Parts: sequence; structure tokens; C-alpha cells
Amino acid sequence: MSGRRLVHTENAEVLPVGDVPVVPVVTFRETVIDSVRDGARLVAFFGRPQEDRRLLVFAVLAMPDAGPLGVLAMAVDGRYPALTGACPQAHLFERELAEQWGVVPEGHPWLKPMRFHRSWQPGRDAWGRDPEQDPRPGVTDFYSVEGEEIHEVAVGPVHAGVIEPGHFRFQCHGEVVLHLEIALGYQHRGIERALVGGPDKRTMPFMETAAGDTSIGHATAYCQAREALAHSTVPPRAMALRGVALELERIANHVGDLGALAGDVGFLPTASYCGRIRGDVLNLSALLCGSRFGRGFIRPGGVGYDVTAGMIAELQDRLAEAARDAAEAIGLMWDTPSVTERFEDTGTVSRETCMEIGLVGPAARACGVDRDVRQDAPFGIYRFTHIPTVTWDTGDVFGRAHVREIEILRSVAFIQEQLTNLPRGGTLAAVAPPAPESLVVSLVEGWRGEICHAVLTDGAGRFARYKIVDPSFHNWFGLALAMRGEPISDFPLCNKSFNLSYCGHDL
Amino acid sequence: MIVVAVVHVLLALLLAPLLPGVINRTKAALAGRRGQPLLQAYFDLGKLLRKDVVYSTTTTWVFRAGPSAALAALLVALAIVPFANARALLAFPGDLLLFAYLLGLARFSLVTAALDTGSSFEGMGASREVTFSALAEPALLLGLVAMAREAGSVSLSDVYTRLAPVSLVEGGGPVLLLVAAAFGVVYLAENARIPFDDPNTHLELTMIHEVLILDHSGPDLAFLQYGAALKLWLLGSLAVGILIPLHGAPPVPAMLGGLAGMFLLAVVTGVIESTMARLRLVRVPQLLVGATLLSLLALLMVLA
Repeated sequence: MSGRRLVHTENAEVLPVGDVPVVPVVTFRETVIDSVRDGARLVAFFGRPQEDRRLLVFAVLAMPDAGPLGVLAMAVDGRYPALTGACPQAHLFERELAEQWGVVPEGHPWLKPMRFHRSWQPGRDAWGRDPEQDPRPGVTDFYSVEGEEIHEVAVGPVHAGVIEPGHFRFQCHGEVVLHLEIALGYQHRGIERALVGGPDKRTMPFMETAAGDTSIGHATAYCQAREALAHSTVPPRAMALRGVALELERIANHVGDLGALAGDVGFLPTASYCGRIRGDVLNLSALLCGSRFGRGFIRPGGVGYDVTAGMIAELQDRLAEAARDAAEAIGLMWDTPSVTERFEDTGTVSRETCMEIGLVGPAARACGVDRDVRQDAPFGIYRFTHIPTVTWDTGDVFGRAHVREIEILRSVAFIQEQLTNLPRGGTLAAVAPPAPESLVVSLVEGWRGEICHAVLTDGAGRFARYKIVDPSFHNWFGLALAMRGEPISDFPLCNKSFNLSYCGHDL
Repeated sequence: MIVVAVVHVLLALLLAPLLPGVINRTKAALAGRRGQPLLQAYFDLGKLLRKDVVYSTTTTWVFRAGPSAALAALLVALAIVPFANARALLAFPGDLLLFAYLLGLARFSLVTAALDTGSSFEGMGASREVTFSALAEPALLLGLVAMAREAGSVSLSDVYTRLAPVSLVEGGGPVLLLVAAAFGVVYLAENARIPFDDPNTHLELTMIHEVLILDHSGPDLAFLQYGAALKLWLLGSLAVGILIPLHGAPPVPAMLGGLAGMFLLAVVTGVIESTMARLRLVRVPQLLVGATLLSLLALLMVLA
């Protein structure tokens, strides 16, 4: 019944903006809230100002039964009743909307800035802040608990390790965490705003550094959107090579994460070996394109570099060796009861919570939720070759580690198969200019989960709004919930098991 | 004999920082790495001693006195712990209690200095340190009492000089082994080694010992690190003294045997740290209570 108020679309399918139904606020709220209650998930939620100073707010929903994607919009004039109370998945999205455009989602239970930048809409600020002053990250109200034996622990934004900045506030009772609030925004670079008016020469570098460890993922999502807007297709060989690069990125990061998890519980062998093996896999990306992080490989229209028969043989040999080493190093960890004891029942997220807040990627699959863009809204090579989805039902650190372990195996098998049967032909097609007044939603299953790029073009075919949703955006709140009732000493372990991106969130 | 005792103290002062070096090299070798230089701890001490100290404006004299007081307590303890089953420099009836409380004094100085900073991390670290050492102390004391009863003296030097190579196979063997096992656990716990603490971690939220010294710098930090090495030596020599009883051997071979025992213990520590993960913090008390039970069992066997 709610389906009729939405327009359905495929992953990376171009849609005239005029086809998106602009419904009244009441209908919009009802449709989104009902759909999410019926199992849909909020993929993206963003605004684009209109000439009459009203804000056109788009919602993109992943629909399990119909779709796979549903899009609708509403026009907001200054304020509107918030969705978050009835639909927790909208929590950060609505804070983002308020911060970017100065609209107020009324009744939002926790309305505060999230990236700490000035409003993009001159003269409009959701909190009435001084428009001349740049807000300072982390300077805001924090949730606090009072009582005897309650203490507050603040960690960051500068950490002891070489990691990105982020601020964590724990409300603790002794060693037990009652509540964790995560304040980010220190890495905000203004990517979305800088992309407006594109595509231009800066666009690709922005994409490849939106989240530096997901260069391939974000670059693929962008290129899919760009190609859809131009109605151009990618040569089969390039499509397969993109899949190879994406899975290499997944393997490298998963191996690194498993090693880091071992390191966090002080189990050295796996930590040391996995650190080295991650490098071996990154070097395979370097073999493809000269960059360990795959920069320069994914290009609109295909891939930047072709592979020779010799390179394919070398890739396959070195990957097989890295996979053997990884299996051995990870096996060491599972053969050590003191390690499994630390992982099991630590940082548990229930399936219900996962569904309610809309987790994505390995974090969702570890809760027993069968959610994977490669399967739900297949793109590129995954439309022809399927990778079985890996799930586990414990939702704890062990689950998130185990899902990663099996995904490594699946990705290795996938790459070997693709390289063995690599289609012949070119690797780069010409791409026409983007179509005007269009909307495209491009999804990619990066190693952290669903990457969403939603693009709106103006009358001249330039980017009028470029919305990036990194999987971290959905999952940071999952980490906060995973910590409830856990000992604070287990935070680093839980954090590592999610391993979320700060810059992917802050953009 | 006083010469031997003085030589033993000098050896400890000189070689204690080598123990962490051996542990680190063992861990590196097992992980397939080359590892830091064996003498890294000495280099670090030298570097820190040449640096200035930075004091936070929120701290008082308690924070400044902490490192010196802790090191002083450990230096005195060094004079009453026998090495290689020879008499210590200072020996008198009841010195085993003094030893336990000197360790306590060192800890008290460290913990009060940490609390003085007002940092939430150090507060948590102090709470953990005190909780766990309150559980490790009975294991140490009951073990010492069992050995004192067995030896018929309440002086560490008497107790340890009555341990000869035959001691382990005589009637008191099981008692000694139980106590040695308990001391082994105490050695790991008090020195913040895996499975109790991870000396290599940079994650403040999981730290116990390391978080207490986060705010110290320069020579103060050097005192604390040197003190940690001495503590490793002190508690290690208690366990090694039981497992490798050398009383009756000529001074030089006994000394070499004692040193070999110490470095073997360091290698074993490195192997333990390479083959198991850290315990969940809530499980630490269980292991410490287990060690206390071993000591208690030893005491019951002596009394029976």
C-alpha cells in the first residue's frame, strides 16, 4: 500500500528527477516509517535546496520484497516533524540534514551537530548559532548520567595509536559502561560540497580518499553512478577486473582486522602474521595499478590499467600463497582457547537491534541478517557471478571476526575464478556527459558494508547534489549500543571488531 | 659472605633491565620478527634520565614524590631478597613481612601519584591495580608463610638458604612446587605481564600498570621503568630460588646458576606472552584467587 507512493529503481539506474514523487510531509513520514517497520531500510536521506528556499528532502529505501530501491521526496519549509522517534535509522540522517541545511526536525530526541560545520544555507541554522563563527568539533552537550559511583571517561580525539581522531564519552558504573556517546566530525573536509558542479578533474581523487581504506569501493560507486548518468556500459573485462580489485580490498582489510583483533587481546602470533599478509594482499593491488590502495585503477568507463597473461598468473600464485598464510595465521587464533574466550559474548548486538538501527556489512551479517548489496542489488560483475553471503548468528566480536574469516575464503575463490575466465576485449569505454535533471543511486558492497552514492544533476548535467553514505555512517551507532553493559576494558576490542571509518563518516 | 651478598645486589641493579629485553626478543623471535635490541631498556633509561620532567599543574608533591618513593622501596626490598639461595645483604627474623609491605609501599606511592593527576584513565588504572594486588598479596604472603613454617624461620634468607638441590625431592617437595606455582602467577600479575596485563598495548582503556605511569616523564619515568625491571627481578628470583635450589654450591657456580634461572624465566615469560591472549579483566581475580588457594594448600600441607 505504501509502495505506490514510491518510485522503484534498480541499483545504478538513472531516473529523471521529475519521476520521484514529491509527497506531503505527512505522507512522506508515514511511508518511510511504515516501510521501515515492514522491513525496509533507510539507505540515504538528503536534501537539495529549491529556488523557493524550500528544501527538497529525498529518502532512498532498500526494499526487501519490491524494488530493490524505493525513492520519494518531500518539500520542507524550515521545520518538519522528525522521523527519528518512530524510525531510529533516521537518527543521524536527520541530524545531518539539520546541520547542512538549517531545517529543524521537530521532536528529534537528540538533535545536535554531527560534523560541526557552518550551515550550507546562508542565514539558516538549526541551532541559531553565530554564522560568522566556525563551530568547534566536540564542543556540544553530551549525554550524562549522574549518581553515586558513576564516572565519566573521555577518550580522544587524540588517541595513543596512529588512528583517526574521534571523541568517545563513556558513562560508567565502575568498570561497566552504561552509555557511550561518540562525537565525530574532526575529519570533515567538505567533500560533498566540493563535488557539486562536477564531474571535473578533482572528482576521482575525492572519491578515492573519501575513506582511504575503501578507495576501490567508493571509486566503484562513483563510476557506476557516472556511467549510469551517461547511459554508457562498461566492457566485460573491466567489469570483472573491478570485481577483482574490490575483493582484493576486502581481503586485505579483513586480514588486517583479524590481526588487529588478535593484537587487541595480546595474542601476538596472529597479530604479527596478519599484519604482514595484509601487506602481501595490498601489494597485489599495487600489481594491478601501482597503488597499494588501488588508486587510479577504477575509472569512469572501466579500469585504468589492463592485465597481461603474466600478471594474471602472478596474481593467482601470490593470492593463493597469501590465502594459505592467512588461513594458517587465523587458525592459530581459533586454536587458542584464551582468544576465543575473549571474543565470544563480547560486544553483542542483537538481531532486533541490528534491524532497528539498520546496520550494514559484516556487522549486520554477524547478527544473522542476510544483507549484502552483492546479493540484494547486484552490480557490475556480481550480476553474473554470485558470492554466497556469509552470516553468523551471535552478533558478538567472534561473529564479526568469523564472518570476515569466511568472507576472505569466498573472495579468494571469486578472484581466482574471475582471473581464470577473464573476458577478452577492451578495458575502458568512452563516457558521455551526464544526463541533466536526473537522479541515480549507486550501491556497492565495500568491505565495511553498503556504500551509497546518490547523485542529482542540474539542467546542465552538472552535479547539483552528491550524497555519499559510507557504511560507517550506519554502523557507528551500532558500536555505541554494543558497548552497553560491557566492561570498558573491552571497548578497544569491540571498536576493532567494527573497525569503522572516521573520515568516511565525516566526509 | 657479605661480599657475595653485595655482588648479588650489584648484579640485580645492573642486569634487571636486561630481563624485559630478553622477554621482548623472545616474543619477537616467536612472531617471526627481529625485535628491538636486547639493551633497549638501558637505552630508554639513558634517554629518559637526560630529559626534563613535565609536571601537570593539577598535580601536587604526591605526584612528584611517587616515582622516587616507589624506587626507594624496591631498592630496600632488593637488599632483603636472597639470590641464588645465598643470604641477602639484610636478613633478620620477619623480613619476609617487610618484603611484602615494601612491595605494597611501592604500589601505594605509584597509585597515589596516579590518583593525584585526577585523570579518569589513571583513576581506573589505580582501581584495577589495587584490586588485583589485594588478591595477589595473600597468594604471596601465604606462600611465604608456608615456606617459613617448613624452614622453621621467618627470615627470607633462612628460608631460601635451607633450599638445596635435594629439597625438591624430599618430603617438602610438593609444598615447594605449590608455592612456586603460586609465585609464578604472582610474578606475572605483579609485573603486569600477559595474561593479566599487556605491557605492549597502547589502549589506555585496557591498561592496568601502564596507565598509572602515563603522566610521568623524564627521570621520574626512568625511575618507574627501572623500578618495574627491579620488581621483575625480585619476584622472579623468589620463584627461581625455589625451582632451582642452589644452596651448597660454590658462590660463582651458584651465581651463574641463579642468573641462568632468571633469564630462563624471562624466556618462559616471553613464550607465555606469545602463546596466549590476555584474560578478560573480570577473569583476573579468579586466577589470582586460584593462586591464593595453591598457597593455602601448601600451608595446610605444612601444618598437617
